[in-house]
Amino acid sequence: MTTDMNADSYVTEDGRTIGPVVMDLKNITLRFGGVVAIKDISFNIREGEIRAIIGPNGAGKSSMLNVISGFYKPQEGEVWFRGSKRPQMKPYQVAQQGLARTFQNIALFEGMTVLDNIMTGRLNKMNANLFQQAIWKGKAEKEELENREACEKVIDFLEIQHIRKTPVGRLPYGLKKRVELARALAAEPSLLLLDEPMAGMNVEEKEDMSRFILDMNDEFGTTIALIEHDMGVVMDLSDRVVVMDYGKKIGDGTPDEVRNNQDVIDAYLGVSHD
Amino acid sequence: MFYREAGDFKTSYRDDNQTFPIRLDRAGYWIALFVAFCVIPFFVNDYWVNSIFAPFFIYAIAALGLNILTGYAGQVSLGTGGFMAVGAYACYKLMVAFPDVSIVFHVLIAGGITAAVGVAFGLPSLRIKGFYLAVATLAAQFFLVWLFNKVAWFYNYSASGQINAPERSVLGVVVTGPNTEAWAKYMICLVFLVVLAWVARNLTRGMTGRKWMGIRDMDIAAEIIGVNPLMAKMSAFAVSSFFVGVAGALFFAVYLGAAEAGESFGITKSFLVLFMIIIGGLGSIFGSFAGAAFMVLMPVILKNLLVGTLGWPTEIAAELEFIIVGGLIVIFLILEPHGLAQLWRLTKEKLRLWPFPH
Repeated sequence: MTTDMNADSYVTEDGRTIGPVVMDLKNITLRFGGVVAIKDISFNIREGEIRAIIGPNGAGKSSMLNVISGFYKPQEGEVWFRGSKRPQMKPYQVAQQGLARTFQNIALFEGMTVLDNIMTGRLNKMNANLFQQAIWKGKAEKEELENREACEKVIDFLEIQHIRKTPVGRLPYGLKKRVELARALAAEPSLLLLDEPMAGMNVEEKEDMSRFILDMNDEFGTTIALIEHDMGVVMDLSDRVVVMDYGKKIGDGTPDEVRNNQDVIDAYLGVSHD
Repeated sequence: MFYREAGDFKTSYRDDNQTFPIRLDRAGYWIALFVAFCVIPFFVNDYWVNSIFAPFFIYAIAALGLNILTGYAGQVSLGTGGFMAVGAYACYKLMVAFPDVSIVFHVLIAGGITAAVGVAFGLPSLRIKGFYLAVATLAAQFFLVWLFNKVAWFYNYSASGQINAPERSVLGVVVTGPNTEAWAKYMICLVFLVVLAWVARNLTRGMTGRKWMGIRDMDIAAEIIGVNPLMAKMSAFAVSSFFVGVAGALFFAVYLGAAEAGESFGITKSFLVLFMIIIGGLGSIFGSFAGAAFMVLMPVILKNLLVGTLGWPTEIAAELEFIIVGGLIVIFLILEPHGLAQLWRLTKEKLRLWPFPH
């Protein structure tokens, strides 16, 4: 079966529907002084897809993610989100629009319990004011209980029930990664950014994480953009792949297209200069 | 043996969220409240109130306030004394200007004024962190004390430069001034403490508290997942300063009766409250109580022990008191760097299993 990937929406071979473009990055250039981290890169992310960003170390992948999540402001280029151009925004405002992310080096709140960390992910869903919270009546209590229920679903989904009340600082690395994913997922994001979700994991943990990512996409329809170094994982999971090298885009397409792209092969394996 | 979770099933998230999830804890809490409200008031005398209960309650309120700012939101402050002075002088001005309004409102409004001042001095926290912020709040401490000493309007141009609490009553009972009964002093401090402790607990277990702790643990990550750092830090400064302001107002109006900014609310006060929360436990409501109790009770107990029991001369005992209290602080911190609250938590965890090893 052939699919027209430029259509407004299409159905993948495994039966998932890929919708219209959610996030469109147009001619992004990011400079730190004289260093050009990202050079004139354009690509888009479509609803319901798993989009991978790959490239050698220092290619500018994490910078790209930071541009998307509003942490870096690109000098040139436009970020379009859900059909409208995104104005200059603070990161927390971007989060309110429905973006959630995880970090390359885990950025959990170590002093809080797993449950509190995940509940923090839902902060944009709760808007009881300070006085309501101070007396813990009415809206404050109602919201707390409703959101607790939503968090429990995420906890269930990621199979971390047994560590709910444990302070995050006491957890091993693999579980921390999972809790961080739970915190991002609890926000019910329309776009979820994962920065190296499988870094430093063994094969078994990688398999677990891959399964969670696929299930998330499948069950909740979450759109996911991820950076990953494990090629096997990337090629298996993603619908489309962007390849970056030295801040430039050198490939973009399905895993198969990217795998056979000569520029990509050169970037990863090197070119002989003789 | 009796301290068990077993059999205490939670069937709703409301049950699971409660402050004391273990039955014995809940019972202890209600018994403590009952004793504090219905038993002690009938037995207290001036000595007990003036040397133990009133300072303990008031310092506990101040410690709760500082703990919200430093322990929960992670913003170090050395301005506690200055903010207590704001509460005290605001309360004094209000008491004199509106003699017909209940002192309860005066104290609360004084807290509100302190909250506004706290927010103003908290603004640098958006740019600076850690030790540098501590220095900035230190500036607040010195500036505020200087202000209350220099500008005569604040002490109504009195010759001594002091402020004196006029006599005011709540529900017909005198609570300020020299004619206050011991139990009335005790009750007003207790009511404020219990209500504020309950508010502190509610705020810290809800989303506000999570935002504060997020900023404390990892501010950049917190901002990226949606915490507005300005609002989180300013609300922490406001709530914290409100508590400290109420503590200052009570300290002046109910406990001291007369105050002078430099003497009553100097830098030593800031350090005293800071030590309370460090010894008690940062980021813990119980820790605020434990720390305040430790710092208030230790000197009293030592004095009674050295002078009363061992019969030492008062002046030697007074000097030794400092040495021993200092030594005890060091010992406690080596024993448990996370404070008495952590010690208490570990004890409870052990108790859950006792007497079985696993």
